Amino acid sequence: MHVAVITNCTPDTAADVAVDAGGNLKVDDKLVVNPWDEYAITEAILLKEAHNAQVSILTLGGPEHEEALKHGLAIGCDQAIRIWDDALQGWDSLAFAKAVAAAIGKLGDVDLVLFGKELPDIASDAHIFQTARKLGWTPLGFVAKIEALDPAAGTIRVKRQVESGTETVTSRLPAVISVLKDINEPKYPTFIGIRKAAKASMPVWSLADLGLDAAAVAPKAKRLAYQDLPKREGAVEMIDDPALLVDKLLEEKVI
Amino acid sequence: MSVFVWIEVHDGQPIPASFEALGLARQLGDRVTGLVFGQGIDDAVKAAFAHGADAVIKADDASLARYRFEPYVALLAGLVQEHNPAIVLAAATTSGRELLAGAAADVEGGLLTDVTELSLDGDKLKAVRPVLGGKVLSVETVTAGGPQFATLRSRAFPQPEPDASRSGDVIDAAPALAEDAIAAKVESIESAGGQISLTDATIIVAGGRGVGGPEGFAPIKELAETLGGAVGASRAAVDAGWIPYEHQVGQTGKVVSPDLYIAAGISGAIQHQAGMRTAKVIVAINKDADAPIFKLARYGMAGDLFDILPRLNEEFRKKLNK
Ligand SMILES: Cc1cc2nc3c(=O)[nH]c(=O)nc-3n(C[C@H](O)[C@H](O)[C@H](O)COP(=O)(O)OP(=O)(O)OC[C@H]3O[C@@H](n4cnc5c(N)ncnc54)[C@H](O)[C@@H]3O)c2cc1C
Ligand SMILES: Nc1ncnc2c1ncn2[C@@H]1O[C@H](COP(=O)(O)O)[C@@H](O)[C@H]1O
Repeated sequence: MHVAVITNCTPDTAADVAVDAGGNLKVDDKLVVNPWDEYAITEAILLKEAHNAQVSILTLGGPEHEEALKHGLAIGCDQAIRIWDDALQGWDSLAFAKAVAAAIGKLGDVDLVLFGKELPDIASDAHIFQTARKLGWTPLGFVAKIEALDPAAGTIRVKRQVESGTETVTSRLPAVISVLKDINEPKYPTFIGIRKAAKASMPVWSLADLGLDAAAVAPKAKRLAYQDLPKREGAVEMIDDPALLVDKLLEEKVI
Repeated sequence: MSVFVWIEVHDGQPIPASFEALGLARQLGDRVTGLVFGQGIDDAVKAAFAHGADAVIKADDASLARYRFEPYVALLAGLVQEHNPAIVLAAATTSGRELLAGAAADVEGGLLTDVTELSLDGDKLKAVRPVLGGKVLSVETVTAGGPQFATLRSRAFPQPEPDASRSGDVIDAAPALAEDAIAAKVESIESAGGQISLTDATIIVAGGRGVGGPEGFAPIKELAETLGGAVGASRAAVDAGWIPYEHQVGQTGKVVSPDLYIAAGISGAIQHQAGMRTAKVIVAINKDADAPIFKLARYGMAGDLFDILPRLNEEFRKKLNK
């Protein structure tokens, strides 16, 4: 069995961010592995342990995303690949999906693709479902548990957590899944793992390597600028008497 | 301009966020078509007209009884190809986000997700959406021609007043996939039950580590019940096992924007703020008067939540005659 896990780096949730006059983002901290991806990477390693799977970890982005690949290698992924090309600058979800689907195709024998639930810096999960669609595979989003996986029969059973409740779904492999945070206890790299990862080579696959041209990944949506949040008016009003608070809230017409 | 709106149906009824999408569609275009897929969906079709649809495309079939990616995406993408609407909208629920992403991939359309503002700049959609845990806004636009797709954050757009006298053409559509062509089979469902969905809730009462244990949620639940609201929680309370993950608000939980958010025993960490910052009115109850949650709140009460919440509940019951 061959499992591919897709990861990216993202600004730390605790980092201070600011928007300059030109609408550009200033982040006062270095990037971290997308916290959602830590669950996806750990799940891939658990599948490796349970099914003797081969695990490939892939990212799409500049060299600043190699940290996420190294993290994966350090906890046991077998190979790491970075997808990048100048023509991918300003990628939208569809461009991401096409390039990643092509890379999965190039790997050839992938049975399962794992993603973390979303990418916080684009605040979106669209690239996950579009990758599945471009592969022609079933996406199983918002997976809280992989209940059964039978590589020989080519079947998977998962619990998905969606708005209307929890679904138990079976599907065929190959499939694409996005995982929620409760799916496992993230593994952290050991010192030896980190040393090994530091020495590993991480090939970069360009569009040409993927059999794509720039026109195929021309973005269909783009960011124009970042903006600061509108300022909240006024400071907090401290209240001692519950009756007074109730009156204020009734006046605000929020009840 | 023709606008398609996917009407998300749960238990035979559209969700409120689908009505919000219909309301926005009327502002963006001059012909609004509601797409209602499912089984036994006549009430939902009526509701779509009442909330602003000029026409409805209805696909009523056992294979569509519950949302599944493959049959829904194939059906929606086929309808978009056939009718060529300028814009396709849906609520940014788990299902809506999957469905529009899949259909946009099929027809190679531009996609803007989980938007809180949406307008037309010429003939292209332009959106504002919170990113990075809601710490900044991103202004984005579609650049490609052809159908444009957007998913709308629940409660970011007003719900139109229903008008039961409205009606229009109903076009029947057949499913695009036969059941044996669909890989995913739903074996069982544990329904979220009668609880009010956090993302649709107008009032949320939330508890954090300060409630001290599972039984500490009792006064939170009581107040939520008095107010007809939903129960939220911080990650600390969820991780401690005091309340299920479905209740978690924040960066790794749900993003909510109720009219009223009452946070009790929650310090207001940046990751919690990511989920509730856009609430209209925030009330903080915390025994530490320096807790960061007070910087976000409109009203604050410094003190013990076990003392304050029952008294608040009492006052509300009196004044709301409950
Ligand atoms: C990657 C990442 C993602 C995260 N995602 C989320 C998320 O989605 N949601 C989330 O909430 N957190 C999230 N967190 C965790 C977050 O950083 C905080 O740890 C968490 O929100 C703290 O929860 P809390 O406010 O309940 O607990 P605490 O910070 O411990 O605060 C408890 C508060 O209760 C008050 N208190 C105690 N007793 C009483 C009493 N009797 N009466 C009144 N007040 C009392 C205390 O003064 C204190 O302010 C995330 C963290 C990381 C690193
Ligand atoms: N409209 C968009 N949708 C999704 N991702 C985007 C969009 N615009 C920019 N990005 C991504 O956001 C990051 C910063 O963009 P840029 O500054 O254009 O390089 C990159 O990963 C972009 O590909």
